[in-house]
Amino acid sequence: MAERERRRTPPYGGVFVARTEVLDVEAIGRAVRRMAHEILEANRGLTDVVLVGLQTGGIPFAEAIASALLDIEGVEVPVGKLDVAFYRDDINLRPVLPEAATEIAFDLDRKVVVLIDDVLFTGRTIRAALDALIDQGRPKSIQLAVIIDRGHRELPIRPDYVGKNLPTRRDEAVNATLHGVELGEMTKEGGR
Amino acid sequence: MSNLLDIEGLERRELEHYLELAESFAEVQTRSIPKVPVLRGKTVVLAFFEDSTRTRMSFDLAARRLSADVVNFAVSSSSTTKGESLRDTVETISAMGVDGIVVRHSSSGAPQRITEWTDAAVINAGDGWHQHPTQALLDCYTIRRRLGSLEGKQIAICGDIKHSRVARSNIAAFTKLGAEVTVVGPRTLMPADLAAWPVRYSPGIDEIIGDLDVAYMLRIQQERQGAPLFPSVREYRSLYGLTRARAERLPARALIMHPGPVNRGVELDPEVMDDERTVVLDQVTAGVSVRMAVLYRLLGPGQFDETSKPPETSLAELAASTASSEPVGESPAAENVTSTDSASGEVATSFDALTSEVAV
Repeated sequence: MAERERRRTPPYGGVFVARTEVLDVEAIGRAVRRMAHEILEANRGLTDVVLVGLQTGGIPFAEAIASALLDIEGVEVPVGKLDVAFYRDDINLRPVLPEAATEIAFDLDRKVVVLIDDVLFTGRTIRAALDALIDQGRPKSIQLAVIIDRGHRELPIRPDYVGKNLPTRRDEAVNATLHGVELGEMTKEGGR
Repeated sequence: MSNLLDIEGLERRELEHYLELAESFAEVQTRSIPKVPVLRGKTVVLAFFEDSTRTRMSFDLAARRLSADVVNFAVSSSSTTKGESLRDTVETISAMGVDGIVVRHSSSGAPQRITEWTDAAVINAGDGWHQHPTQALLDCYTIRRRLGSLEGKQIAICGDIKHSRVARSNIAAFTKLGAEVTVVGPRTLMPADLAAWPVRYSPGIDEIIGDLDVAYMLRIQQERQGAPLFPSVREYRSLYGLTRARAERLPARALIMHPGPVNRGVELDPEVMDDERTVVLDQVTAGVSVRMAVLYRLLGPGQFDETSKPPETSLAELAASTASSEPVGESPAAENVTSTDSASGEVATSFDALTSEVAV
């Protein structure tokens, strides 16, 4: 979500300037592994569990969690990709473009779907993702895993698995990739 | 509010943007519920002043799959048959508060004129001999899907180039995306200003068929010709039709395309229609995805434009502008558009005037 939010919050096409590193690459690896264990524990195994990453920020984390699950349990969990652009509620407030097409090559009916995104902020992306998922089938349940929960929720949505809780100001920005998580600000283009 | 009137007005980047957007909508169409809520609350009018089945259905489905409300404006049962002018019709439609008008008209330039009478987005679904931009987009999309890219591809467009809006749009789109286009057909079916077009001309198809990536066959449009411009349909087939024998000489990687509806046994032999290189039905499928992309881009939140306003503002402006606009005198061009519904001679005049501006 971080990347999406960045491009869609004025100034559009602004530049992210990092202030502090919150997680380094090893810490992310540990968080991903712990979340994989938690997913296993909460679902008592991986029967009917599928992962769905949100385009585009959630995809690398979905794949990392899938490979951690393979490592720990020896089970290959299906991974799908979901784009929520067509389901957003802020459609008339700012430009919304699809990031990349949805790719879910498996049936969602009666599955336990673990939605995975990089940064949880207002919760509106997740609300859109729930609508998008339900148009694709009827999962048994939907759980939410995020690498960073930065607060400022505007909807009654809470994550089931969290990499790190990171208190932030509303005007700050978070950049989360597999290489690290940084806290900083958005500046106008050419800011640095 | 922006419009889609012709391909010339688009930059290569915008063309590619439409094609990428269409990929997302192609995925939507594969779902068990092929519908997304992006254009909820928007109204699209399909104003077809000329007969069309497939294009109208395609736009209709595209709009519905985006959750827009669709109103069909059927000319045969409408007030145009009672003598209402195009301008009055358009102003009446927009006074009802619509967001988009999809126009097909037998007069070249009609959609351009309509933009002056409405604040709704105007989408050209074919005007006279001039342009058919969504057809060009869906053809580019189909080629990209099958061949990866149009860059450097050899494309022949064969048939009645002169009377074809599909040819005009497609030549513009293909060349913008880097393809090399050769037009094929008898001289009588070529436009007078062919030398100014960014294409090569080959009088016969046999000379070039072995090197083609795409053989694009146009329909012989009996209804758009005054006097016959070639001696007989049988002779046309033997000289320019994609017969079974010719299809054998076409490379295995090549595509056979046709905008439809096909005159079987004229442009394409029935056996060629079933050839695995023939992608006519893929073109039809692509049509819905591409039209979803166009509607989304023009009516939805699909553009990165900081000046784009939420719909409440534009509706308020629409009301204000209709109230305050001083009456624009009917210019001779407007006369042309409103009065040339069937007279093909006058259509040609208005088109010539248009090409000189557009400079194909």
